[in-house]
Order: sequence, then structure tokens, then C-alpha cells
Amino acid sequence: MSRAIVSIQNVSKLFGSITAVDDVSLDIAEGEFFALLGPSGCGKTTLLRMLAGFEIPSSGRIMIDGQEMEGIDPNRRPVNMVFQSYAVFPHMSVTDNVGYGLKVTGVPRAEIDKRVKEALALVKLDGYERRMPGQLSGGQRQRVALARALIKRPKVLLLDEPLSALDAKLREAMQLELVRLKNAVGITFIIVTHDQDEALSMANRIAVMDRGRVVQVASPAELYEFPNSRFVADFIGKINLLEARVAGMENGRLLADAVGIGRVAVPFSGAAKSEIGLAVRPEKVKLDRSEPAVGRLKIRGRVREIAYYGDESHVFIEDGAGLTITANVPNDARTTQGPVAVGDEVWVSWAPADTLVLTE
Amino acid sequence: MQDWRKNKLFFAILMAPSAFWLVVFFTIPLAIVWVYSFGGRGPEGQTLIGFSFENYRRAVEWIHLGIIWKSIVIASITTAACLLLGFPLALAIAFAPSRLKNVLLLLVILPFWTNLLIRTYSWIAVLRERGFLNFGLEWLWDRADLLFTFVGMPDLFGEFQPLRLLYNLPAVVIALIHVHLPFMVLPLYATLEKLDRSYLEASLDLGASQWRTLSSVTVPLAMPGIATGVLLTFILSLGSFLAPDLLGGTEGLMIGNLIAHQFGPSRDWAFGSALSFLIMYATFIVLWIRSTVASRSQTGLGI
Ligand SMILES: Nc1ncnc2c1ncn2[C@@H]1O[C@H](COP(=O)(O)OP(=O)(O)OP(=O)(O)O)[C@@H](O)[C@H]1O
Ligand SMILES: [Mg+2]
Repeated sequence: MSRAIVSIQNVSKLFGSITAVDDVSLDIAEGEFFALLGPSGCGKTTLLRMLAGFEIPSSGRIMIDGQEMEGIDPNRRPVNMVFQSYAVFPHMSVTDNVGYGLKVTGVPRAEIDKRVKEALALVKLDGYERRMPGQLSGGQRQRVALARALIKRPKVLLLDEPLSALDAKLREAMQLELVRLKNAVGITFIIVTHDQDEALSMANRIAVMDRGRVVQVASPAELYEFPNSRFVADFIGKINLLEARVAGMENGRLLADAVGIGRVAVPFSGAAKSEIGLAVRPEKVKLDRSEPAVGRLKIRGRVREIAYYGDESHVFIEDGAGLTITANVPNDARTTQGPVAVGDEVWVSWAPADTLVLTE
Repeated sequence: MQDWRKNKLFFAILMAPSAFWLVVFFTIPLAIVWVYSFGGRGPEGQTLIGFSFENYRRAVEWIHLGIIWKSIVIASITTAACLLLGFPLALAIAFAPSRLKNVLLLLVILPFWTNLLIRTYSWIAVLRERGFLNFGLEWLWDRADLLFTFVGMPDLFGEFQPLRLLYNLPAVVIALIHVHLPFMVLPLYATLEKLDRSYLEASLDLGASQWRTLSSVTVPLAMPGIATGVLLTFILSLGSFLAPDLLGGTEGLMIGNLIAHQFGPSRDWAFGSALSFLIMYATFIVLWIRSTVASRSQTGLGI
């Protein structure tokens, strides 16, 4: 990992008696596309606003580009922010909005004009120079906000839920657009989002937050395949969770008695308390009419419901004891008849290696 | 369609009392005054209905134009002072912690709880020759005198001469500012309170100083409130009657006093009506300019 451009060290923030951010430490490397992901109210915005200088940490410290940020006002920090509401000045044209950050710092007119032109080209807004924000669509306004921040050539660009005000189609297009922009300008992006798809598809690294704390920092694939807690496993993607009691270890495998399956052996290294969760992602679950091979984890049940999504179907299977397992079945044959129907007796199974052992 | 009819009736019933009130007690009297303004004065001071522009011609005679002009100057100074004092005040209230906010707002409107006459009279107690202000100044004067006596320079200043603060133009302006400040602060506060804080944060984030943010973002975005406050203060102070009457002496005479004089001692209601409508016309023109500017900015300029 290259040099840390942002270093957050034991930062906490209290609003009265509410702890919004609780002892967070994070190092973000130069050039990363970093995402802060978590449910509503977990402190993402507060953390981002502390980087921008709009909130002052109650304790801990923040270093940006090797410089201590304590006592440095927002207008002196080498970061720029794209606000959730975009905050595009309604009384200024697109040109004046984008050039604002240069004008207020005394950059000569000629250079402002040149850089505004470049910035507008970068976000594909050429031709909109004279428009007022009231005459722009939501997506265009956001591009103005992006250009206005990028023109300052910050060391780090902070984005607070930049896509949440856009409709689904536009959001997807802007996700690709942001990644393209990030690669074009080569600066560090820190994005706040509560949308896991957004974080997974754009970021190289994600910090998952819960009630003010960072619970896991990892790459998207690592988070998805190796979540370190029930919270992360459940928050990112979908899981089937079985409660289990640890019975012991046997040459690198954990023996456990799981509800609905009985004694299982799954690969595991590390320490486990007596109560654990065993989980499996729905797309890793297979459905069979006949009993699956020995060694796989399996449950027999009846199809209760099928949700059809076109590319795949989510099949909900219930065993005799009321346990429900979801299996995502790809619709890879061109037919209107799915592989199973509601009421069918089926076997649900998955490989031991696909089992997540959740100790936290 | 049925719904619409119902709604229409509903709104008609809802509006009937206020419409009745406005027509009977506002529109009709105003129309009468308007008709009077073209009439004349009978030998016993009765109002004669007629049609001539004689009253308007008299209204724009030099002696009256002078008073009108002075009224405009006084109203302008009052408005400017209210804006300069009111904007920081409104800004401070809008950004105060929410607990403090209501208390501060209450303090701003507190003077309304006192009768206008009393508020205006109280300035006499403050400004007159043996008033609070002169007492205060005399006290300071004596202390300074004492101090210089100590360092060996007795009687450097001589006897304190009370300042003549009452019955002049400044006295009127001071009282008008006092009376009209809430009319400036309240609309400014309403606008600043609604202002999305992220505009200000964005400005700071982009490298602007606090002062630059104030002048380039806060003030332009507060323009609707500023326009309302300025208009309200200007129109109200232009028509002032009490403050110039009690505090202005001959120097601080305003158009309101002139009008009052026509309806009172002079018993020339026709001329008084013409003077009143001169202010009305001016007000209409200002309001019309304001609304055209506002509608233009709505269709493009943002604000
Ligand atoms: N200015 C403030 N005063 C008091 N409490 C605040 C303030 N700002 C945030 N909080 C509290 O701090 C916690 C974290 O808020 P924050 O805005 O950082 O959440 P978030 O993760 O951005 O949520 P969302 O996804 O809903 O935007 C919340 O409980 C919130 O109520
Ligand atoms: Mg937020």
C-alpha cells in the first residue's frame, strides 16, 4: 500500500451525550477509491465532515497529506467536498459556480477561464456554461458540483451520498462515470454511502460502520466472501444463517452442531466461542431432487415460494422445523418453467468451504 | 368537476369575512379618499367633490416637494441603518443555538408590546436637555475633569454644555430606527433561517473566507428577505407621523405631518387626500418594480 494520504487516528465525536463516531482509526492510501458504508445514523457523514473541517473531533486526530488538521479551517484544507444536496449556488451560472473556488483564492481570470473549460469537459458539460442551476437536471447539477470541487485539484475528494438523489438508471450511469473520473484525475476519492451495491461496484476498499464504529475494512470481494461478523455478513448481500454450537476442532476443521443439519465439519482457522453462526450466501446454495454427495452440508425441505427476477429466481425452501433457506437459482435456460415449483420436495446443499463461520 | 364546485364554495365561504372587511373598511374608504383628491375645499372647510388636478399641482409646489424629499431622505437613512443593524442581528439569531433563538426573537419583537406613543415619548426622556443621555455625558465629563485635575490640569474642559439632541432630524431618525428595526429583522431572519447551510459550507470548502462567503453567497441568497425588509421599512417610515410630530420640531417635519395638518387644523381634506395618494402612487410603483424583478428572477436568475 502506498503512502497514507488520510490518516484517522482514534477519532471520536460526541454531540452532547450521543456518540456519533466512536474511536475510529483508518488509513487511506493515495489514489484509493474508498467507501464508508453503513446503515443510516451510523456516523458516516459526521466522519466525512470531520475530514472536511465542518465538525471538530471530540478526541483523536486527523492527518491529511502528512499534515495535522487540528485548528485548520475548512477553507484551508487540501480536500473538497461534494454535498449530498450538491449545494450548487442557485444565483450563479454554471461557469461562475465551477470557477468560484478559483476566483475566491485570487487565481487570474485567464487561468480560471481555461480551467473551467477543462473541468466542464471532464464532466461532459460543455455547452452548458451560461445556464443557471434552475435550468439543469439533477444529474447535471451533480456534474457541476463535481467539476466545482475537482477544479480545485484537491488531494482528496469527499463525496457524501452523491448518487442518492438520482433515479436508479441515472445512478448506475453515474457510478461508472465516477470511476472514470477518478481514473482520469487520479486523486483519492472518499465516498459515503448506505447503498452496498454502490460501494461494492465502485470502491477498492470499504470501511463498514455500525453505531459509530468501524467494524471491518476490506476490499469488496473480501467483505462479501469473508465478513468478520454477523453484522457485516448481513449488511453486505444476503445470507442464510444457522445457529450452531461448537463441538471441537479436527485437523483444521471446525466441528459444530447446527440447527436443522446436525454435526458438520467446516474449514476454519482461529478461535471460536461455543456459540457461532454458520452462514452461506444464497447463490452458493444448490438445489437437487436426489440426495447430494456426502461431505456437503444439506437440508431437506419443501419449496414455499419463488421470486422471479428474470436473470435469476430466489427460491425459499422450508424444512420440517420451520427453518427457511434461500437459494438463488440462475435462469440459464430459455424456458418459462423453472427447475423447481412451489410445493416440490428438494435437497438444499452447499460445500463446506462456502460456509461462513461467524464468531462475532 | 363536482369537487371543484365544492371547493369553490368552500373557499368563498372561507374568504367572505376577510373580503367583506377589506372592502368595507379599506377599499371603499380608500376610493373615497381618491375621489376627494380631485376635489376642493369649500369656504367652511367642507370637501367639495369635483374633478381637477389642482391639489396635485399644489402638492408638487417647491415648499411641499421639499418636505416630500426630506421624508424620502429620512426614510432612506432609516432603512439603510435598519439594514446595517438588522442583517448582522438576523444572521446571529438564525445561527444561534435553537434554545437561544426563541429568546432572541422574543427580544426583537418585545418593543411591540409597548404602545408606539409611549415608545416614541420615551425618546424625549432620553434626548431632552436634562435627559438620560445628557446626564450620562455630564457624568463622564465630570470624571474626566476630575482626572485632569489630579494630573494638575484643572478646568481644562470648562463647564459641561448639554447637547441639543431633541427637536431635530437626527432625533426623528433615531426613533424611526428604533420603531422599525423589527420590520427589517423579521423578514431577514425568516430568509436566513431557511437558507440551506450547505451553500455556506460549500463556499468555505471551496476556499472562500467567512467574509467572502457572506458577500458572495449569504447576502445574494438572502436577497428576497432583504427586499421585503427594505420595502417594509421604507414604506412604513415614509408615512411616519408620530416620531416627527413629537421629536422633530420644525426641522424634522415629514409628509405624514403635512397630511395630518390638512385633515386637522387646515381642514383641507382634498389636498390631504392628494398628498396621501402621492405616497400611494410611489408605493405602487415600488411594489410593481419589486414584483417584476421577482418574477424575472424566478424564470431564470435563480434567486
Ligand atoms: N449536529 C448534530 N447534533 C446532534 N446530533 C447529531 C448531529 N449530527 C449528527 N448527529 C447524530 O450523530 C449520529 C450520526 O449521524 P450521521 O449524520 O453521521 O449519520 P449517517 O451515517 O451519515 O446517516 P445517514 O445515512 O442517515 O446520512 C446520528 O445519531 C445523528 O443523530
Ligand atoms: Mg449522512
